[in-house]
Amino acid sequence: MTAHSERGAGPVRRSGPSVLLTLPALVFFATFAIVPLGAAVWLSFTEWSGLGDPTWVGLDNWRALLTTHDTGHALWLTVQLMVLTWAVQTPVSILLGVFLAGRQRYREILAVVYFVPLLLSSAAIAIAFRNLLDPNFGLFAGPGLAWLNQNWLGDPDRVFVTVAFIIAWQFIPFHTLLYQGGARQVPQSLYEAAAIDGAGRVRQFLAITLPQLRYTIVTSSTLMLVGALTYFDLIYILTQGGPGNATRILPLDMYLTGFTGNQMGLASAIAVVLVVLGMVLSLTISTASGFSRMESQLDGE
Amino acid sequence: MAKKPLRRLGAIVAAGALLVTAGCSGGTDDTGDGAATAAGAGDVTTVWVTAGTDDVLQASIDRWNADHAEGQIELQVFENDPYKSKLRTAVSAGEGPSVFSGWGGGGLKTYVDAGEVASLQDAYDAEPALRDRIFPSVLKGGTVDGTIYGTPYNGVQPVVIYYNKDVFEQAGVEVPTTWDETMAAVEELNAQGIAPFSVGGASRWPYLMWIAYLTDRIGGPEVFDAVVAGEPDAWKDPAIIQANTMIQELVEADGFVDGYSSIDANQGAAEALVYSGKAAMELMGAWAYSGTFLSGAPEFLEQGKLGWTTFPTVAGGTGDPANVTGNLSSYFQVSAGASDAAKANATDWLMHGVFDDTYIAELVDTGAVPPISGVEDAIAASSAPEWNAFIYETAEAAGNFQLSWDQALDAAQAEALLTNLEQVFLLQITPQEFSENMDAAAQG
Repeated sequence: MTAHSERGAGPVRRSGPSVLLTLPALVFFATFAIVPLGAAVWLSFTEWSGLGDPTWVGLDNWRALLTTHDTGHALWLTVQLMVLTWAVQTPVSILLGVFLAGRQRYREILAVVYFVPLLLSSAAIAIAFRNLLDPNFGLFAGPGLAWLNQNWLGDPDRVFVTVAFIIAWQFIPFHTLLYQGGARQVPQSLYEAAAIDGAGRVRQFLAITLPQLRYTIVTSSTLMLVGALTYFDLIYILTQGGPGNATRILPLDMYLTGFTGNQMGLASAIAVVLVVLGMVLSLTISTASGFSRMESQLDGE
Repeated sequence: MAKKPLRRLGAIVAAGALLVTAGCSGGTDDTGDGAATAAGAGDVTTVWVTAGTDDVLQASIDRWNADHAEGQIELQVFENDPYKSKLRTAVSAGEGPSVFSGWGGGGLKTYVDAGEVASLQDAYDAEPALRDRIFPSVLKGGTVDGTIYGTPYNGVQPVVIYYNKDVFEQAGVEVPTTWDETMAAVEELNAQGIAPFSVGGASRWPYLMWIAYLTDRIGGPEVFDAVVAGEPDAWKDPAIIQANTMIQELVEADGFVDGYSSIDANQGAAEALVYSGKAAMELMGAWAYSGTFLSGAPEFLEQGKLGWTTFPTVAGGTGDPANVTGNLSSYFQVSAGASDAAKANATDWLMHGVFDDTYIAELVDTGAVPPISGVEDAIAASSAPEWNAFIYETAEAAGNFQLSWDQALDAAQAEALLTNLEQVFLLQITPQEFSENMDAAAQG
């Protein structure tokens, strides 16, 4: 983030509006992001139950984080979830987005249907799926569906995939929307030229649409990967990190440690780890993909 | 929370109205009314409780408010699981209520140690009649280091076994009274396609009842007392290892309904399995009678199909079979941060409004049994005399009434306990690993 804004700041100062205009945003950002972050760093060196005053314990929390606490497991789950949700959502979103970029009437109607999950809050989705998947009173408890009634949320080996599926169900519409917009930006002339050269549909998709969507893919992937560090509400309501610790990913671990276990210091240490992870991740993606250079994809322009 | 800005808005409007009327015509009756409203709105005694007996409390508060224009009380009801963290955050931020509900034990102690709770010792010393009527074991749950901080306000809630009489009759199985009979009944019920036990595993705390009862039956109350006292290796006691071994035997024998690990205990699904006949039994606290059975299936209770009994005995165990575990009661604590007027009003209400005769009668009518001696008449006159008498006698006869383990321990250990116990029920860790993990959590 920092490298990005520094590099972008040069041209803005020369040609754009006054830097002073960023002040309101900076003040908000400082109040609601920087100051709490500083407080979390400080709290990570203290022991505090949420009541009374924090006591300074030095590096105890960090030592506990690396040794006794189950951080490794939570981190590994987070990475797995990140990869799994990305691998599931990206291809589906690209295909759906490109499909919906067409202007045919039936596609517009389908688009409305596909975007419905976007309107629901995570809490509502979690409660709905929790009831739908209830092994005794849920959707699959009905006659003829017994083969689908697999204790989706209660089996430690299965719950992870179930959660990834529900997350995909929730977020694919959003990413589809991104890809739909991206696909509609692709100049029609490229396809016409390709058609003259004799390229078929698949070839057009691979040689024109996908390369043209490059920056959309970067944006969407960044949102997905960094977003995976913040999946909390959905999983908290669905499983509370269970069964056992099968879905106890890092953000959930942070919440449960802090607000159920009342170990605010240790939870703050986890929070700091999350912030660092998120920053490293988004910087890496934007640098590696050349996103910050923002070069044009269209030759001759 | 949604109510708060509204109330503040109300106070502002009232104050504004007061200013306007005062400016126009100083000293009329209108102004007097306005002043009373504004003062009342600013000084409301707020009470936070978890859902359960809130109707009885509301009725008591309505009676109180009608008689006390200067000491209005407002009740706010919360769902069980999010309540604890919400309360802690609010109290820590100085936004807490004047009176809040808790479960006594270790949770109460952390609030007392942080200086957030006002002592009720003086109030109780001034009311010896009330103090002597409350079951000593229950009053002990609200006492920290010899000083009373919490006053019970609802029923004793021992954990008992509920069962569906029809299911047992049709299956031709006797309700088990010993662990061996339980394992035999599990086999017989499974053979007939009926799930033996229902349990709300997704909420994790229902698992605690099993380990708490089995540990007490096998090794007596001393085993868990050592855990609470923080003695080294207390979690490695053979009784705890045997209790977990028996739990895993029950799991392996399909003792629990299919998909038990994803049943949410807070939505009444676990009880629904019993009254719909899909499961034969459930181990659950006394609150389930009025909380879910009565509200979910009133006709099932009217027809007398719900049965109840105590936890089975374990052969060779040293614990007294009369011992019970569960919630002693819920307790009210007066916040140390409340204004003096609110504290005085709250204490007055707790001593005279809670557990007056009408309150006891209404409480008993909901199926709850107050921890008060000498209320047999009210119980006999209640709408569910048999149930209430069972709970009353069970609680009174118990030599040891063990507070739910998660309430008795500090929060960090309770959280580790819930996670590790869930893994025991899922057969992910062995009883030995459970004891080692818990020992590490207790030391850390």
